[in-house]
Amino acid sequence: MATKTDIPAAAKQPATLSKQEVLRYSRHLIMPEVGMDGQLKLKQAKVLCIGTGGLGAPLGLYLAAAGVGRIGLVDFDAVDFTNLQRQVLFGTSDVGRPKITAAADRLQNLNPEIQIDAYETHLTSENALDLFKDYDIIVDGTDNFPTRYLVNDACVLLGKPNVYGSIFRFEGQITIFGYQGGPCYRCLYPEPPPPGLVPSCAEGGVLGVLPGIVGTIQAAETLKLIIGKGDPLVGRLLLFDALAMKFRELKLRKNPECPVCGAHPTVTKLIDYAEFCGIRGEEAPSTVINIPEITPSDLKSRLDRGDDLYILDVREPHEYQICNLHGHLIPLGELARRVHELDSSREIVAHCRSGKRSAEAVQFLQQAGFRKIWNLKGGILAWSDEVDPSVPKY
Amino acid sequence: MAVKVIIPTPLRAYAGKQESVDVQAGTVGEALSALTGKFSDLKKHLFADDGRLRSFVNVYVNDEDIRYLQKDQTKVKEGDTISIVPSIAGGAHRR
Ligand SMILES: [Zn+2]
Repeated sequence: MATKTDIPAAAKQPATLSKQEVLRYSRHLIMPEVGMDGQLKLKQAKVLCIGTGGLGAPLGLYLAAAGVGRIGLVDFDAVDFTNLQRQVLFGTSDVGRPKITAAADRLQNLNPEIQIDAYETHLTSENALDLFKDYDIIVDGTDNFPTRYLVNDACVLLGKPNVYGSIFRFEGQITIFGYQGGPCYRCLYPEPPPPGLVPSCAEGGVLGVLPGIVGTIQAAETLKLIIGKGDPLVGRLLLFDALAMKFRELKLRKNPECPVCGAHPTVTKLIDYAEFCGIRGEEAPSTVINIPEITPSDLKSRLDRGDDLYILDVREPHEYQICNLHGHLIPLGELARRVHELDSSREIVAHCRSGKRSAEAVQFLQQAGFRKIWNLKGGILAWSDEVDPSVPKY
Repeated sequence: MAVKVIIPTPLRAYAGKQESVDVQAGTVGEALSALTGKFSDLKKHLFADDGRLRSFVNVYVNDEDIRYLQKDQTKVKEGDTISIVPSIAGGAHRR
Protein backbone atom coordinates (compact mmCIF):
# COMPACT_ATOMS: atom_id res chain seq x y z
CA MET A 1 0.00 0.00 0.00
CA ALA A 2 1.49 3.34 -1.01
CA THR A 3 1.53 5.95 1.74
CA LYS A 4 1.76 9.72 1.41
CA THR A 5 5.49 9.65 2.09
CA ASP A 6 6.26 6.77 -0.26
CA ILE A 7 4.58 7.17 -3.61
CA PRO A 8 5.80 4.87 -6.35
CA ALA A 9 7.17 6.79 -9.32
CA ALA A 10 4.47 5.49 -11.65
CA ALA A 11 1.70 6.86 -9.47
CA LYS A 12 3.07 10.42 -9.48
CA GLN A 13 1.82 11.16 -12.96
CA PRO A 14 -1.80 10.07 -13.18
CA ALA A 15 -2.09 7.50 -15.96
CA THR A 16 -4.53 8.17 -18.74
CA LEU A 17 -5.71 6.21 -21.73
CA SER A 18 -5.13 7.39 -25.27
CA LYS A 19 -8.00 7.46 -27.75
CA GLN A 20 -6.60 4.26 -29.26
CA GLU A 21 -6.50 2.57 -25.86
CA VAL A 22 -10.07 3.60 -25.05
CA LEU A 23 -11.17 1.89 -28.23
CA ARG A 24 -9.04 -1.20 -27.60
CA TYR A 25 -10.26 -1.67 -24.03
CA SER A 26 -13.85 -0.51 -24.56
CA ARG A 27 -15.37 -3.88 -23.53
CA HIS A 28 -13.61 -3.46 -20.18
CA LEU A 29 -14.43 0.21 -19.85
CA ILE A 30 -18.18 -0.28 -20.23
CA MET A 31 -18.39 -2.83 -17.43
CA PRO A 32 -18.49 -1.33 -13.96
CA GLU A 33 -16.27 -4.03 -12.40
CA VAL A 34 -13.35 -2.80 -14.49
CA GLY A 35 -14.25 0.63 -15.84
CA MET A 36 -11.72 3.42 -16.27
CA ASP A 37 -10.33 2.93 -12.74
CA GLY A 38 -9.70 -0.77 -13.32
CA GLN A 39 -8.22 -0.24 -16.75
CA LEU A 40 -5.80 2.36 -15.41
CA LYS A 41 -4.80 -0.08 -12.66
CA LEU A 42 -4.13 -2.67 -15.36
CA LYS A 43 -2.07 -0.16 -17.30
CA GLN A 44 0.09 0.56 -14.26
CA ALA A 45 0.40 -3.09 -13.23
CA LYS A 46 3.62 -5.07 -13.52
CA VAL A 47 3.34 -8.85 -13.75
CA LEU A 48 6.19 -11.34 -14.07
CA CYS A 49 5.41 -14.65 -15.78
CA ILE A 50 7.81 -17.49 -14.99
CA GLY A 51 7.79 -19.76 -18.02
CA THR A 52 6.26 -19.19 -21.45
CA GLY A 53 5.15 -22.78 -21.98
CA GLY A 54 1.75 -24.40 -21.70
CA LEU A 55 0.57 -22.26 -18.79
CA GLY A 56 2.48 -19.13 -19.75
CA ALA A 57 1.01 -19.05 -23.25
CA PRO A 58 -2.66 -18.36 -22.44
CA LEU A 59 -1.61 -16.35 -19.43
CA GLY A 60 0.62 -14.04 -21.46
CA LEU A 61 -1.94 -13.68 -24.22
CA TYR A 62 -4.78 -12.67 -21.89
CA LEU A 63 -2.68 -10.38 -19.72
CA ALA A 64 -1.36 -8.62 -22.82
CA ALA A 65 -4.81 -8.41 -24.39
CA ALA A 66 -6.27 -7.03 -21.16
CA GLY A 67 -3.72 -4.22 -21.14
CA VAL A 68 -1.42 -5.14 -18.25
CA GLY A 69 1.08 -2.33 -18.70
CA ARG A 70 4.28 -4.25 -18.09
CA ILE A 71 4.70 -7.97 -18.54
CA GLY A 72 7.97 -9.71 -17.72
CA LEU A 73 8.70 -13.11 -19.26
CA VAL A 74 11.35 -15.53 -17.98
CA ASP A 75 12.32 -18.55 -20.09
CA PHE A 76 15.44 -20.04 -21.63
CA ASP A 77 14.12 -22.75 -23.94
CA ALA A 78 13.76 -22.84 -27.70
CA VAL A 79 10.45 -23.69 -29.36
CA ASP A 80 10.28 -27.30 -30.55
CA PHE A 81 7.65 -29.28 -32.44
CA THR A 82 6.37 -31.05 -29.32
CA ASN A 83 5.47 -27.65 -27.80
CA LEU A 84 2.95 -26.77 -30.49
CA GLN A 85 0.33 -29.24 -29.20
CA ARG A 86 -0.41 -26.87 -26.30
CA GLN A 87 1.82 -23.77 -26.29
CA VAL A 88 -0.49 -21.59 -28.34
CA LEU A 89 1.83 -18.59 -28.22
CA PHE A 90 3.94 -20.23 -30.92
CA GLY A 91 3.45 -21.16 -34.54
CA THR A 92 5.19 -23.71 -36.70
CA SER A 93 7.49 -21.03 -38.11
CA ASP A 94 8.71 -20.32 -34.56
CA VAL A 95 10.25 -23.79 -34.14
CA GLY A 96 13.93 -23.34 -33.28
CA ARG A 97 13.53 -19.73 -32.12
CA PRO A 98 14.10 -18.81 -28.47
CA LYS A 99 10.73 -18.98 -26.74
CA ILE A 100 11.32 -15.63 -25.14
CA THR A 101 11.77 -13.87 -28.49
CA ALA A 102 8.84 -15.63 -30.13
CA ALA A 103 6.64 -14.90 -27.11
CA ALA A 104 7.65 -11.25 -26.89
CA ASP A 105 6.97 -10.77 -30.62
CA ARG A 106 3.58 -12.41 -30.37
CA LEU A 107 2.48 -10.43 -27.31
CA GLN A 108 3.80 -7.14 -28.63
CA ASN A 109 1.93 -7.77 -31.86
CA LEU A 110 -1.22 -8.51 -29.89
CA ASN A 111 -0.84 -5.30 -27.92
CA PRO A 112 1.75 -2.67 -28.92
CA GLU A 113 0.53 -0.37 -26.12
CA ILE A 114 2.25 -2.40 -23.39
CA GLN A 115 5.84 -3.04 -22.36
CA ILE A 116 7.25 -6.57 -22.62
CA ASP A 117 10.40 -7.35 -20.63
CA ALA A 118 12.04 -10.50 -21.98
CA TYR A 119 14.53 -12.30 -19.72
CA GLU A 120 16.22 -15.15 -21.54
CA THR A 121 17.58 -16.89 -18.49
CA HIS A 122 17.10 -19.70 -16.02
CA LEU A 123 15.47 -18.48 -12.86
CA THR A 124 18.04 -19.08 -10.11
CA SER A 125 18.54 -18.34 -6.43
CA GLU A 126 21.05 -15.71 -7.54
CA ASN A 127 18.76 -13.73 -9.85
CA ALA A 128 15.23 -14.37 -8.53
CA LEU A 129 14.97 -11.61 -5.93
CA ASP A 130 16.43 -9.08 -8.32
CA LEU A 131 14.04 -10.09 -11.11
CA PHE A 132 10.96 -10.17 -8.86
CA LYS A 133 11.48 -6.90 -7.03
CA ASP A 134 10.20 -4.67 -9.84
CA TYR A 135 6.92 -6.56 -10.25
CA ASP A 136 3.64 -6.50 -8.30
CA ILE A 137 2.54 -10.06 -9.00
CA ILE A 138 4.47 -13.21 -9.92
CA VAL A 139 2.74 -15.94 -11.91
CA ASP A 140 4.24 -19.41 -11.69
CA GLY A 141 3.92 -21.36 -14.92
CA THR A 142 6.96 -23.59 -14.57
CA ASP A 143 7.15 -27.34 -14.89
CA ASN A 144 9.49 -28.52 -12.16
CA PHE A 145 9.69 -28.69 -8.38
CA PRO A 146 12.95 -26.80 -7.78
CA THR A 147 11.66 -23.71 -9.62
CA ARG A 148 8.29 -23.93 -7.85
CA TYR A 149 9.94 -23.83 -4.41
CA LEU A 150 12.28 -21.08 -5.56
CA VAL A 151 9.38 -18.95 -6.85
CA ASN A 152 7.47 -19.55 -3.62
CA ASP A 153 10.30 -18.64 -1.30
CA ALA A 154 11.28 -15.55 -3.28
CA CYS A 155 7.64 -14.37 -3.26
CA VAL A 156 7.31 -14.91 0.49
CA LEU A 157 10.62 -13.15 1.20
CA LEU A 158 9.52 -10.16 -0.92
CA GLY A 159 5.88 -10.25 0.19
CA LYS A 160 4.54 -10.65 -3.35
CA PRO A 161 1.55 -12.74 -4.39
CA ASN A 162 2.28 -15.91 -6.36
CA VAL A 163 -0.47 -16.98 -8.75
CA TYR A 164 0.11 -20.70 -8.91
CA GLY A 165 -1.03 -23.28 -11.45
CA SER A 166 0.20 -26.77 -12.14
CA ILE A 167 -0.96 -29.58 -14.37
CA PHE A 168 -0.64 -33.30 -14.85
CA ARG A 169 -2.21 -35.15 -17.76
CA PHE A 170 -5.80 -33.90 -17.46
CA GLU A 171 -5.77 -32.56 -13.91
CA GLY A 172 -4.85 -29.11 -12.65
CA GLN A 173 -4.29 -27.30 -9.34
CA ILE A 174 -4.67 -23.55 -9.01
CA THR A 175 -4.40 -21.11 -6.09
CA ILE A 176 -2.81 -17.81 -5.03
CA PHE A 177 0.00 -18.23 -2.52
CA GLY A 178 1.53 -15.62 -0.25
CA TYR A 179 -1.17 -13.00 -0.72
CA GLN A 180 -1.28 -10.57 2.21
CA GLY A 181 0.29 -13.07 4.57
CA GLY A 182 -1.86 -15.97 3.37
CA PRO A 183 -0.67 -19.57 3.02
CA CYS A 184 2.28 -20.38 0.79
CA TYR A 185 3.32 -23.39 -1.28
CA ARG A 186 5.35 -24.81 1.59
CA CYS A 187 2.32 -24.54 3.88
CA LEU A 188 0.60 -26.87 1.43
CA TYR A 189 3.58 -29.10 0.63
CA PRO A 190 6.52 -28.69 3.02
CA GLU A 191 8.75 -30.87 0.83
CA PRO A 192 8.92 -32.03 -2.78
CA PRO A 193 8.65 -35.67 -3.74
CA PRO A 194 11.98 -37.49 -4.02
CA PRO A 195 12.89 -37.82 -7.73
CA GLY A 196 12.27 -41.58 -7.85
CA LEU A 197 8.66 -41.18 -6.79
CA VAL A 198 7.72 -38.43 -9.21
CA PRO A 199 5.54 -39.98 -11.86
CA SER A 200 7.78 -40.38 -14.87
CA CYS A 201 6.99 -39.32 -18.39
CA ALA A 202 5.73 -42.87 -18.82
CA GLU A 203 2.63 -41.75 -16.98
CA GLY A 204 3.14 -38.12 -17.96
CA GLY A 205 1.97 -36.13 -20.90
CA VAL A 206 -0.75 -33.55 -20.83
CA LEU A 207 -4.02 -32.95 -22.61
CA GLY A 208 -3.20 -29.97 -24.83
CA VAL A 209 -6.14 -27.85 -23.74
CA LEU A 210 -5.54 -28.41 -20.01
CA PRO A 211 -2.79 -25.78 -19.60
CA GLY A 212 -5.07 -23.50 -21.59
CA ILE A 213 -7.79 -23.84 -18.98
CA VAL A 214 -5.46 -23.63 -15.98
CA GLY A 215 -3.43 -20.75 -17.46
CA THR A 216 -6.56 -18.73 -18.20
CA ILE A 217 -7.72 -19.24 -14.61
CA GLN A 218 -4.33 -17.90 -13.47
CA ALA A 219 -4.86 -14.96 -15.82
CA ALA A 220 -8.33 -14.30 -14.40
CA GLU A 221 -6.99 -14.34 -10.83
CA THR A 222 -4.12 -12.04 -11.79
CA LEU A 223 -6.50 -9.52 -13.39
CA LYS A 224 -8.79 -9.70 -10.33
CA LEU A 225 -5.87 -9.01 -7.98
CA ILE A 226 -4.92 -5.98 -10.07
CA ILE A 227 -8.37 -4.43 -10.27
CA GLY A 228 -9.16 -5.49 -6.70
CA LYS A 229 -12.52 -7.02 -7.51
CA GLY A 230 -14.18 -10.29 -6.54
CA ASP A 231 -12.99 -13.07 -4.25
CA PRO A 232 -9.39 -13.97 -4.95
CA LEU A 233 -8.47 -17.66 -4.94
CA VAL A 234 -6.66 -17.30 -1.62
CA GLY A 235 -6.87 -19.98 1.07
CA ARG A 236 -8.57 -22.23 -1.45
CA LEU A 237 -6.96 -24.87 -3.64
CA LEU A 238 -8.95 -25.31 -6.83
CA LEU A 239 -8.70 -28.77 -8.39
CA PHE A 240 -9.80 -29.32 -11.96
CA ASP A 241 -10.33 -32.64 -13.69
CA ALA A 242 -10.87 -32.26 -17.43
CA LEU A 243 -11.90 -35.88 -17.96
CA ALA A 244 -14.65 -35.75 -15.36
CA MET A 245 -15.13 -32.03 -16.19
CA LYS A 246 -15.31 -31.22 -12.52
CA PHE A 247 -13.95 -28.46 -10.33
CA ARG A 248 -13.45 -29.09 -6.62
CA GLU A 249 -12.25 -26.75 -3.93
CA LEU A 250 -10.22 -27.61 -0.83
CA LYS A 251 -9.39 -25.39 2.14
CA LEU A 252 -5.84 -24.16 2.21
CA ARG A 253 -4.53 -23.08 5.60
CA LYS A 254 -1.45 -21.26 6.69
CA ASN A 255 0.85 -23.64 8.53
CA PRO A 256 2.02 -21.89 11.71
CA GLU A 257 5.17 -24.03 11.53
CA CYS A 258 5.85 -23.27 7.85
CA PRO A 259 9.65 -23.08 7.34
CA VAL A 260 9.38 -19.96 5.21
CA CYS A 261 6.19 -18.06 6.15
CA GLY A 262 5.58 -19.41 9.69
CA ALA A 263 6.17 -17.63 12.98
CA HIS A 264 9.75 -18.90 13.26
CA PRO A 265 11.03 -19.32 9.73
CA THR A 266 14.12 -21.44 9.13
CA VAL A 267 14.35 -20.43 5.48
CA THR A 268 15.27 -16.74 5.52
CA LYS A 269 17.10 -16.56 2.21
CA LEU A 270 17.03 -18.46 -1.06
CA ILE A 271 18.67 -21.88 -0.94
CA ASP A 272 19.96 -24.50 -3.40
CA TYR A 273 16.66 -25.79 -4.76
CA ALA A 274 18.11 -28.59 -6.88
CA GLU A 275 19.67 -29.99 -3.74
CA PHE A 276 16.46 -29.41 -1.77
CA CYS A 277 14.60 -31.45 -4.38
CA GLY A 278 17.25 -34.17 -4.39
CA ILE A 279 18.30 -33.47 -7.95
CA ARG A 280 21.93 -33.46 -8.98
CA GLY A 281 22.35 -32.00 -12.44
CA GLU A 282 20.61 -33.44 -15.47
CA GLU A 283 22.05 -36.91 -15.03
CA ALA A 284 20.13 -40.07 -14.38
CA PRO A 285 19.23 -40.56 -10.71
CA SER A 286 22.45 -41.08 -8.78
CA THR A 287 21.30 -44.54 -7.74
CA VAL A 288 21.68 -45.71 -11.32
CA ILE A 289 25.38 -45.82 -12.09
CA ASN A 290 27.75 -48.11 -13.92
CA ILE A 291 25.19 -50.11 -15.74
CA PRO A 292 26.30 -51.97 -18.87
CA GLU A 293 25.31 -50.20 -22.06
CA ILE A 294 25.15 -51.02 -25.74
CA THR A 295 25.03 -48.36 -28.44
CA PRO A 296 22.35 -48.47 -31.13
CA SER A 297 24.90 -49.20 -33.87
CA ASP A 298 26.48 -52.05 -31.88
CA LEU A 299 23.04 -53.50 -31.28
CA LYS A 300 22.26 -53.20 -34.97
CA SER A 301 25.42 -55.06 -36.02
CA ARG A 302 24.85 -57.79 -33.46
CA LEU A 303 21.26 -58.25 -34.64
CA ASP A 304 22.45 -58.29 -38.26
CA ARG A 305 24.97 -60.98 -37.31
CA GLY A 306 22.05 -63.05 -36.06
CA ASP A 307 23.07 -63.00 -32.38
CA ASP A 308 20.36 -64.25 -30.06
CA LEU A 309 19.39 -61.06 -28.30
CA TYR A 310 16.20 -60.54 -26.39
CA ILE A 311 14.83 -56.99 -26.71
CA LEU A 312 12.98 -55.80 -23.61
CA ASP A 313 10.89 -52.66 -24.03
CA VAL A 314 10.06 -51.08 -20.65
CA ARG A 315 7.86 -48.27 -21.97
CA GLU A 316 4.08 -48.07 -21.75
CA PRO A 317 1.75 -49.81 -24.23
CA HIS A 318 0.63 -46.50 -25.77
CA GLU A 319 4.27 -45.62 -26.44
CA TYR A 320 4.81 -49.01 -28.09
CA GLN A 321 2.04 -48.06 -30.51
CA ILE A 322 3.95 -44.95 -31.57
CA CYS A 323 7.08 -46.89 -32.52
CA ASN A 324 8.90 -50.01 -31.40
CA LEU A 325 11.84 -52.31 -32.02
CA HIS A 326 9.63 -55.45 -31.92
CA GLY A 327 10.72 -55.96 -28.33
CA HIS A 328 8.90 -57.75 -25.55
CA LEU A 329 6.86 -55.11 -23.72
CA ILE A 330 6.93 -54.97 -19.92
CA PRO A 331 6.33 -51.44 -18.58
CA LEU A 332 8.89 -50.48 -15.91
CA GLY A 333 6.15 -50.28 -13.28
CA GLU A 334 5.19 -53.93 -13.92
CA LEU A 335 8.69 -55.32 -14.14
CA ALA A 336 8.93 -56.51 -10.54
CA ARG A 337 5.69 -58.41 -10.91
CA ARG A 338 6.47 -59.88 -14.35
CA VAL A 339 10.16 -60.62 -14.01
CA HIS A 340 9.40 -64.36 -14.38
CA GLU A 341 8.58 -63.72 -18.04
CA LEU A 342 12.28 -63.14 -18.65
CA ASP A 343 14.92 -65.81 -19.18
CA SER A 344 18.10 -64.86 -17.33
CA SER A 345 20.18 -67.28 -19.42
CA ARG A 346 19.58 -65.20 -22.54
CA GLU A 347 21.26 -61.93 -23.44
CA ILE A 348 18.80 -59.09 -22.83
CA VAL A 349 18.89 -55.54 -24.17
CA ALA A 350 16.48 -53.22 -22.36
CA HIS A 351 15.32 -49.98 -23.90
CA CYS A 352 12.86 -47.14 -23.37
CA ARG A 353 12.42 -43.76 -25.04
CA SER A 354 15.66 -42.07 -23.96
CA GLY A 355 17.47 -44.68 -21.86
CA LYS A 356 16.57 -43.54 -18.35
CA ARG A 357 13.74 -45.88 -17.49
CA SER A 358 15.58 -48.81 -19.04
CA ALA A 359 18.62 -47.94 -16.91
CA GLU A 360 16.42 -48.40 -13.86
CA ALA A 361 15.14 -51.65 -15.34
CA VAL A 362 18.68 -52.93 -15.93
CA GLN A 363 19.67 -52.02 -12.42
CA PHE A 364 16.64 -53.78 -11.01
CA LEU A 365 17.27 -56.90 -13.10
CA GLN A 366 20.93 -56.98 -12.08
CA GLN A 367 19.82 -56.95 -8.47
CA ALA A 368 17.42 -59.75 -9.35
CA GLY A 369 20.36 -61.85 -10.55
CA PHE A 370 20.41 -61.14 -14.29
CA ARG A 371 23.99 -60.97 -15.56
CA LYS A 372 23.71 -60.78 -19.34
CA ILE A 373 21.83 -57.54 -19.60
CA TRP A 374 22.51 -54.22 -21.34
CA ASN A 375 20.84 -50.86 -21.55
CA LEU A 376 20.31 -49.42 -25.02
CA LYS A 377 22.19 -46.14 -24.80
CA GLY A 378 19.96 -43.19 -25.65
CA GLY A 379 16.91 -45.39 -26.12
CA ILE A 380 14.70 -45.49 -29.17
CA LEU A 381 15.50 -41.81 -29.79
CA ALA A 382 19.15 -42.69 -30.37
CA TRP A 383 18.12 -45.70 -32.48
CA SER A 384 16.20 -43.29 -34.70
CA ASP A 385 19.21 -40.95 -34.91
CA GLU A 386 21.90 -43.55 -35.47
CA VAL A 387 20.30 -46.58 -37.08
CA ASP A 388 16.84 -46.13 -38.51
CA PRO A 389 15.61 -42.58 -39.21
CA SER A 390 12.20 -43.95 -40.23
CA VAL A 391 11.46 -44.56 -36.53
CA PRO A 392 9.47 -41.51 -35.35
CA LYS A 393 10.72 -39.55 -32.36
CA TYR A 394 8.31 -38.33 -29.70
CA MET B 1 -18.90 -46.56 7.32
CA ALA B 2 -18.68 -46.52 3.56
CA VAL B 3 -16.45 -43.67 2.42
CA LYS B 4 -15.17 -42.77 -0.98
CA VAL B 5 -11.45 -42.20 -1.56
CA ILE B 6 -10.65 -40.09 -4.61
CA ILE B 7 -7.42 -41.22 -6.28
CA PRO B 8 -5.44 -38.47 -8.03
CA THR B 9 -4.30 -38.95 -11.61
CA PRO B 10 -0.60 -39.60 -10.86
CA LEU B 11 -1.49 -42.44 -8.46
CA ARG B 12 -4.23 -44.11 -10.47
CA ALA B 13 -1.69 -46.39 -12.12
CA TYR B 14 -1.12 -47.94 -8.68
CA ALA B 15 -4.82 -48.23 -7.86
CA GLY B 16 -6.16 -50.34 -10.68
CA LYS B 17 -6.57 -47.21 -12.84
CA GLN B 18 -9.63 -46.26 -10.79
CA GLU B 19 -10.71 -42.67 -10.14
CA SER B 20 -12.13 -43.52 -6.75
CA VAL B 21 -12.33 -46.48 -4.42
CA ASP B 22 -15.03 -47.16 -1.84
CA VAL B 23 -13.81 -48.51 1.48
CA GLN B 24 -15.25 -49.29 4.91
CA ALA B 25 -13.61 -47.24 7.66
CA GLY B 26 -14.22 -45.25 10.84
CA THR B 27 -11.13 -43.03 10.56
CA VAL B 28 -8.92 -41.66 7.83
CA GLY B 29 -6.12 -44.01 8.94
CA GLU B 30 -8.41 -47.02 8.57
CA ALA B 31 -9.57 -45.84 5.16
CA LEU B 32 -5.99 -45.49 3.90
CA SER B 33 -5.03 -48.90 5.30
CA ALA B 34 -8.03 -50.44 3.60
CA LEU B 35 -6.97 -48.74 0.38
CA THR B 36 -3.33 -49.85 0.53
CA GLY B 37 -4.56 -53.29 1.56
CA LYS B 38 -6.39 -53.49 -1.74
CA PHE B 39 -3.60 -51.86 -3.74
CA SER B 40 -0.22 -52.63 -2.20
CA ASP B 41 1.70 -50.67 -4.86
CA LEU B 42 0.12 -47.48 -3.50
CA LYS B 43 1.73 -47.86 -0.12
CA LYS B 44 5.21 -46.55 -0.92
CA HIS B 45 3.67 -43.59 -2.75
CA LEU B 46 1.58 -42.56 0.25
CA PHE B 47 3.72 -43.47 3.23
CA ALA B 48 7.39 -43.03 4.11
CA ASP B 49 9.37 -45.93 5.59
CA ASP B 50 8.48 -44.77 9.10
CA GLY B 51 4.80 -45.17 8.26
CA ARG B 52 4.05 -41.44 8.19
CA LEU B 53 2.16 -39.84 5.36
CA ARG B 54 4.65 -38.42 2.86
CA SER B 55 5.08 -34.64 3.01
CA PHE B 56 4.17 -34.13 -0.65
CA VAL B 57 0.86 -35.92 -0.20
CA ASN B 58 -2.05 -34.24 1.54
CA VAL B 59 -5.25 -35.90 2.60
CA TYR B 60 -8.58 -34.14 2.95
CA VAL B 61 -11.87 -35.20 4.46
CA ASN B 62 -14.39 -33.41 2.31
CA ASP B 63 -12.68 -30.00 1.93
CA GLU B 64 -10.64 -30.02 5.14
CA ASP B 65 -6.93 -30.91 5.41
CA ILE B 66 -6.50 -33.69 8.01
CA ARG B 67 -3.33 -31.99 9.28
CA TYR B 68 -5.70 -29.44 10.84
CA LEU B 69 -8.16 -32.09 12.09
CA GLN B 70 -6.98 -35.18 14.00
CA LYS B 71 -4.62 -36.39 11.25
CA ASP B 72 -5.05 -40.13 10.64
CA GLN B 73 -7.31 -40.35 13.71
CA THR B 74 -9.82 -38.04 12.01
CA LYS B 75 -13.24 -39.67 12.15
CA VAL B 76 -15.16 -40.24 8.96
CA LYS B 77 -18.86 -40.76 8.59
CA GLU B 78 -21.03 -42.46 6.02
CA GLY B 79 -20.85 -40.65 2.70
CA ASP B 80 -17.69 -38.64 3.43
CA THR B 81 -15.20 -38.13 0.64
CA ILE B 82 -11.49 -38.52 1.28
CA SER B 83 -9.21 -36.84 -1.27
CA ILE B 84 -5.57 -37.69 -1.76
CA VAL B 85 -3.83 -34.67 -3.27
CA PRO B 86 -0.15 -35.03 -4.17
CA SER B 87 1.95 -32.13 -5.40
CA ILE B 88 2.29 -31.97 -9.15
CA ALA B 89 4.83 -29.75 -10.87
CA GLY B 90 4.02 -30.02 -14.57
CA GLY B 91 4.27 -29.17 -17.43
CA ALA B 92 4.63 -32.09 -19.76
CA HIS B 93 7.48 -34.10 -18.31
CA ARG B 94 10.05 -35.30 -20.78
CA ARG B 95 12.26 -38.17 -20.04
ZN1 LIG C 1 4.06 -21.10 4.27
